[in-house]
Amino acid sequence: MPQAATVTASATPYAIEVEDLVSYYDSRRILDEVSLRVRPGEIMVVMGGSGSGKSTLLRHLLGLNRPAAGRVSLFGADISQASARELYQLRRRMGVSFQNGALFNSMTVEENVAFPLREHTRLDERTIRIMARMKLEVVNLAGFERLMPAQLSGGMIKRAALARALVMDPSLLFFDEPSAGLDPVVSADLDELILRLRDALRVTILVVTHELDSAFRIADRITVLDQGRILITGTVEEVRNSPSERVQNLLNRRSEEIDVDPEEYLRRLTD
Amino acid sequence: MSYQVDEKDGYAVVRLTGEVDLNRSPDARRVILDCLQKKMPLLVDLSGVDYIDSSGVASLVEGYQLSRSRQLDFGLIGVSDAAMNVLRLARLDKVFPIYASLEARLKDTR
Ligand SMILES: Nc1ncnc2c1ncn2[C@@H]1O[C@H](COP(=O)(O)OP(=O)(O)OP(=O)(O)O)[C@@H](O)[C@H]1O
Ligand SMILES: [Mg+2]
Repeated sequence: MPQAATVTASATPYAIEVEDLVSYYDSRRILDEVSLRVRPGEIMVVMGGSGSGKSTLLRHLLGLNRPAAGRVSLFGADISQASARELYQLRRRMGVSFQNGALFNSMTVEENVAFPLREHTRLDERTIRIMARMKLEVVNLAGFERLMPAQLSGGMIKRAALARALVMDPSLLFFDEPSAGLDPVVSADLDELILRLRDALRVTILVVTHELDSAFRIADRITVLDQGRILITGTVEEVRNSPSERVQNLLNRRSEEIDVDPEEYLRRLTD
Repeated sequence: MSYQVDEKDGYAVVRLTGEVDLNRSPDARRVILDCLQKKMPLLVDLSGVDYIDSSGVASLVEGYQLSRSRQLDFGLIGVSDAAMNVLRLARLDKVFPIYASLEARLKDTR
């Protein structure tokens, strides 16, 4: 397939390469010269406080937001230079489970999981059904294929969404807050599953999470975002042992003393 | 991906080679189902498979299911590590009859 070949043409050792990425919403700078490289088969965990820009970074990796400056490359292809067709080819290789990613309420669990295959492939209907059910087996949802999303628990919805993200056998898997709101046992199961996926498939995984235990369990490396800037990127050990006070505060969930500028504060309350 | 079909000791042996992905698995599916339509016991040789995705595995599942409904022997032989990892993920290593080779299948009396 020549199109796919062009997309992966330039040789690079990285599955994901972000260089000096700058991003705005209106006039607000959300990402400030963010650089990050993820190797094939690596599990990169993105941490950081609420509003630090994690989901925004993910949207850039998916090509949903355009950088104000800097570059995002996947498998060596600069996605802002990619043609619509190339972007489509790249997206076929990505599986994503969004933070607020719901299932389609009007479809059964199986139809939800099979949806990307029906949209993007011309596989035989029987092949599609077997593939969807295999993924439900992988996420331990066997037997629930005919239920509607409203009949599932929160953890089951997360797993069904993961099954859908996996159904095309992606080479890149993006997962925004997989364990948020789940009890620790279910969350540990999900971690286990993420590790098994990486070992069984050729998949590079980027996980956004607030959960420290989870991050330490699954990460090859962790990157910490703080107000749109990267504070540190390193192995679990490196991040754990970081001398940076901000990193430690984040890890220990100490809320930082917010600097108060009295004039500015008064203005905010009254203008 | 390429494939080759041989007849040996009463079996059709389908040898898949290379990458069995979304684009190529329909060919693998067709050749597997064709053999079974001819009512031949079938072994699928995966020793030359560098990568098989779940559409490829789904074709194997469909073939196995069809062979059972026709009471035809079916098995996987020479399963490469790459293929085994994918089978294991969905616990399908516990479902398929798996043999080292055609010879091993012939010696096995089950
Ligand atoms: N569509 C949007 N329009 C305008 N501003 C946005 C939009 N999406 C996000 N923002 C802003 O961008 C900043 C970063 O948001 P983002 O969703 O990336 O944070 P996050 O790190 O994922 O936070 P959380 O941990 O709460 O999910 C926030 O200040 C947010 O208000
Ligand atoms: Mg977010």
